[in-house]
Amino acid sequence: MVTDTKSRRGARKGSTSSSSSSCSSAPADPLSSMMDGTDPLSMFAASAPEPPALSHSASTGDLGRKRKEKEEEAVGEDFEPWSTKRGEILARFTTTEKLSINLCMGSDKGKAPNPGSSAVSEKVRTRLEELDDLEEGSQKELLNLSQQDYANRIEELNQSLKEAWASDQKVKALKIVIQCSKLLSDTSVIQFYPSKFVLITDILDTFGRLVYDRIWSMCSEPRPLPDSFTAEDVNDTAKETCLNWFFKIASIRELLPRLYVEAAILKCNRFLNKSGIPETLPRLTAMIRGIGDPLVAAYTRAYLCRVGMEVAPHLKDSLNRNFFDLLGAFRQISGESVQKQLLQQRVEVPEYLTLYSPAINWILQCIAYRAPEPLLTEMMERCKKLGNNALLLNSVTRAFRPEFVAARATDFIGMIKDCDEAGFPKHLLFGSLGRSLALADPPESERLTILNEAWKVVTKVRSPQDYINCAEIWVEFTCRHFAKREVNTILADIIKHMTPDRAFEDAYPQLQSVIRKILTYFQDFSVLFSMERFLPFLDMFQKDSVRVEVCRSIMEVFIRHQLELTKDPVILNAMLHICKTMHDSVNALTLEDEKRSSALLIIGFIRMVSFGRDFEQQLSFCVEARATFCNLEPVLVQLIHTVNQLAMETNRVMRGSHSRKTAAFVRACAAYSFITIPSLSSIFSRLSLYLQSGQVALANLCLSQADAFLQAAVSILPDVPRSISVEGKLRSSESFLLDFINNFMAALLVVPDHPELGVLYLVRGLLNMVQDYTWEDNSDAKVRVYVSSLPLLAAMSQESYIYTIPKVDSNETLYGGDPKFLSEINKLCETLIAQILDHLKTLGRDETSTRRQSALAFSLFGVLVAHGDLRNNKLSQLAVNLWNLSHKHGGCEARASVRTLEFIKHQAQQPDMSHLADTLQRLALQSRT
Amino acid sequence: MSVTLDIRLKRANKVYHEGEVVSGVVVLQCKESLQHHGISLTMEGTVNLQLSSKSVGVFEAFYNSVKPIQLISSLIEVSKAGKIPGGKTEIPFEFPLSTKSNKVLYETYHGVFVNIQYSLRCDMKRSLLAKDLSRSCEFIVHCQPQKSKVVPTPVNFTITPDTLQNSRESSLPKFLIRGNLDATNCVISRPLTGELTVDNSDVSIKSIELQLVRVETCGCAEGYARDATEIQNIQMAEGDVCHGLPIPIYMVFPRLFTCPTLETTNFKVEFEVNVVVVFHDDHLITENFPLKLCRV
Repeated sequence: MVTDTKSRRGARKGSTSSSSSSCSSAPADPLSSMMDGTDPLSMFAASAPEPPALSHSASTGDLGRKRKEKEEEAVGEDFEPWSTKRGEILARFTTTEKLSINLCMGSDKGKAPNPGSSAVSEKVRTRLEELDDLEEGSQKELLNLSQQDYANRIEELNQSLKEAWASDQKVKALKIVIQCSKLLSDTSVIQFYPSKFVLITDILDTFGRLVYDRIWSMCSEPRPLPDSFTAEDVNDTAKETCLNWFFKIASIRELLPRLYVEAAILKCNRFLNKSGIPETLPRLTAMIRGIGDPLVAAYTRAYLCRVGMEVAPHLKDSLNRNFFDLLGAFRQISGESVQKQLLQQRVEVPEYLTLYSPAINWILQCIAYRAPEPLLTEMMERCKKLGNNALLLNSVTRAFRPEFVAARATDFIGMIKDCDEAGFPKHLLFGSLGRSLALADPPESERLTILNEAWKVVTKVRSPQDYINCAEIWVEFTCRHFAKREVNTILADIIKHMTPDRAFEDAYPQLQSVIRKILTYFQDFSVLFSMERFLPFLDMFQKDSVRVEVCRSIMEVFIRHQLELTKDPVILNAMLHICKTMHDSVNALTLEDEKRSSALLIIGFIRMVSFGRDFEQQLSFCVEARATFCNLEPVLVQLIHTVNQLAMETNRVMRGSHSRKTAAFVRACAAYSFITIPSLSSIFSRLSLYLQSGQVALANLCLSQADAFLQAAVSILPDVPRSISVEGKLRSSESFLLDFINNFMAALLVVPDHPELGVLYLVRGLLNMVQDYTWEDNSDAKVRVYVSSLPLLAAMSQESYIYTIPKVDSNETLYGGDPKFLSEINKLCETLIAQILDHLKTLGRDETSTRRQSALAFSLFGVLVAHGDLRNNKLSQLAVNLWNLSHKHGGCEARASVRTLEFIKHQAQQPDMSHLADTLQRLALQSRT
Repeated sequence: MSVTLDIRLKRANKVYHEGEVVSGVVVLQCKESLQHHGISLTMEGTVNLQLSSKSVGVFEAFYNSVKPIQLISSLIEVSKAGKIPGGKTEIPFEFPLSTKSNKVLYETYHGVFVNIQYSLRCDMKRSLLAKDLSRSCEFIVHCQPQKSKVVPTPVNFTITPDTLQNSRESSLPKFLIRGNLDATNCVISRPLTGELTVDNSDVSIKSIELQLVRVETCGCAEGYARDATEIQNIQMAEGDVCHGLPIPIYMVFPRLFTCPTLETTNFKVEFEVNVVVVFHDDHLITENFPLKLCRV
């Protein structure tokens, strides 16, 4: 009986209307009552004994992880997982158009009352329906959603799916999943479709996992199923529940949700029998043929392949079948309904075709994974037969092993040339080919031809954006196999394409990637910078932040790979240019960290510069660098160090005796340092550089320069602030200052007095500054400086000094132990000791500072014992007094005292030191009672 | 004083065949010990017939004749009057599933006008002051597998404008749809399969569906009511499918809502399947195939 009916929609309960629910909840409808969870079967499932909720979730989590590991084993690490594609697709397929979600969770209001419903009165039924509606919101149509809103909504659905599942509303969960998969049949705003697919299949994955884990947990008594379980290990209740799911899904009215949901729980077939998965996969594959829209079908296939790969990666046949079916349905793309749709949505064919790429790529990737060579060859042949369809060829190039593609690169180029464009731009094909060739090498003899052929096409691409996308890929191949000439040509071509209309402004990421690739392969900077087009290429980065970033990346590579010092003018010029760019980007708003890292990079460069014996050149380089990098203090510091080093190097070369010329040169070096140091803002850098430069000057016999440095250091001492910031925290500068002064005094020993400025004028000057400095309240720092200057004075009064600088006459020779000089020193010492004793007295007045008093007294005692002549009775008496003072309040550490005594005992045994024994006798260790 | 009464069958799928023993436990759960006047179990199997509202007026004559048909009814006493202790008490039971007379146990079937249902009911009688407790539980009966071999009798079909019977319009678009069903004598536990190819079609196709229909007949010699209603509608193709590519026909027979084709003196349950092609202009073309379902 064949009947023809026109618009019998009412009679057929609206079942053809696309908005009708696949699983309505009208209580009387037999089908929906099945879905309502009130049918006997689902009641069985519900009444099945549940393990306690807590252990359930814990165990599934644990098991889930284990299973995941297992799966990864099954597929292998070299298989690029879906998760990496996901983000890529979401980022690539976006839209600004408004989207809509149409969900109908509740009942179909339009349905005619069902005859079977007479058991329930009309009134009751309406009430029940209302309840349903309240609960689930029968039909929601959300219009005018932005892409972000859309993603959020889908995520909300994902959440409500999980909630529904957790609260045991399995039917609601299923409804959500069905409604979501139905959204995939909607191809309005087609540009967004791939992203929509990603979002919605996330929900399906969640659902599949939930169902699987639930059935799994039903079998966890008495012990969890082993990973390699078979259907025999599964108990009846679990099987029944599983079967129930499959029956429910089999009755979903619409094709697409039925396919998707069944695919989502494909893995559950394991609970039922061995043959489930191998039988279901081909069936679902065949059923996809029923999807009219080729794009929807392609993505459904991709999902099926994805699930298939996860559940049964060994079942290659259905993967292949999917691909062949896809090829079979290819002609539909040019079909009438697709064209109409494109016209309606105003989408160009090339754009439409690219929408297929993720799906086809994925399918091909699944197929190509560990596939034998002949299969791939067959696939290629099939593609050829289809008239070298560009879209397909593109996917083949992308999905097949790079080695496979590389070995046949010439074939591929031939195919790309031959293929009819069919709206699919060739540069994309070359892009894909380039990507493969970047990973695997084609035969050596073909490389140049390949590059020439590819570039012929690439260079003809009109749109700068398309051009650079493609060119960027091929740069890698070029750098890998060719020398600077070819790379230079390509750079020139890129510049030519990107300069008009400042097209480079929109292509910074790609241009940066070009630089990165070049840097990976060209680490010899003399070669790199001898490419004429390299610096002009850099000039295209006109946005400050990008330019600095590029410079920085070049610098990083330079520092890592330039192992030898260089004076190559090409490198120096280029690097100076790059460093200058980095330096010039520093402004008031630059972060401290950024400044520091820029400075470090520049310093790294400066350290690599060496002109060998040509010291003057080196100095003039430093002069130039100082002018160029004046805003970065660490760089200036480094420059001063470099110049000091230069002076010392000169000294070494001349073996300590300068000629007239070198003497002038080292003075020039000193001058450089002298005028550079004041421009530093950090007072401690200035101090230590003055000291260092002074020492260098002294070593080079530049006495007046050394004097000047040291005087300058002394003169800025009063400017040292009481607190300085160290790593962002304010700290007292006292300890730094003390360190510096001690260091400074050590240097003073060898500095000869200025003939015109009186005896010990630097020491006096320093002590005067120390006296006038506003030390912290309640600090002994000043006195401690006094204590520590005593050893200096003692050392100065020796006949020969403990250290000297070759060829420099220190005070020992200048004065030759002149009694006047010695009495000067003695006077100074007396004054100092008097000051110290005064201070000790002051401290004694206050109960709270006894500890400080003992410490100070003890240190003075130490100095006297070590440097003083204790044969002098007064001094010896003073020492004994100090000892007693320091032990008066028990403020001294017993161990230190004992050790000191032992030291003195030891000293007393030395010849000429017997007088110490007398002193020793007078030093009593305080009884510890 | 709360007490819950429950029946748990041993088989998870609750499917039993004639001659088998339905076994399980009656579960009683109460906080304190409980006095009762006896617990009994009743097994019942009935065929409920109903007339569609549209036929009631016409066939009022035999309206009364469609009273429920009892297939099985038996009662056993689970426990005499007494006390059950507090906590969970499980009382096992066994019930032979067989008819006393030579009645046949039809297979469980949930339909619209015909309903075949089997249930166990547990009753607990209690003192006058407390309410009696009752709990029932449906179980499923599958009839004995058919002895004779099933002949699948596949069928091929072709749908063109010329094969349409009641087409009133002469200006139908041209189309050619070919296909086959692998069997019209179907085994109920296996899916209905086949293939369908759209060879060509001038108008684009919106949907191709497979509609499973039950045909229920109630009545006797004097007159009868025959009603066809949809059980489920499964979409095979959505949108303008690729021409020339065979599309699989695949439908699982839903449990409970289908049973082996049944013919008795008082009622009949038969099944049909419609291949429905909906064109883009909502033109609807239906090809009908009667099915014979059986169980092996």
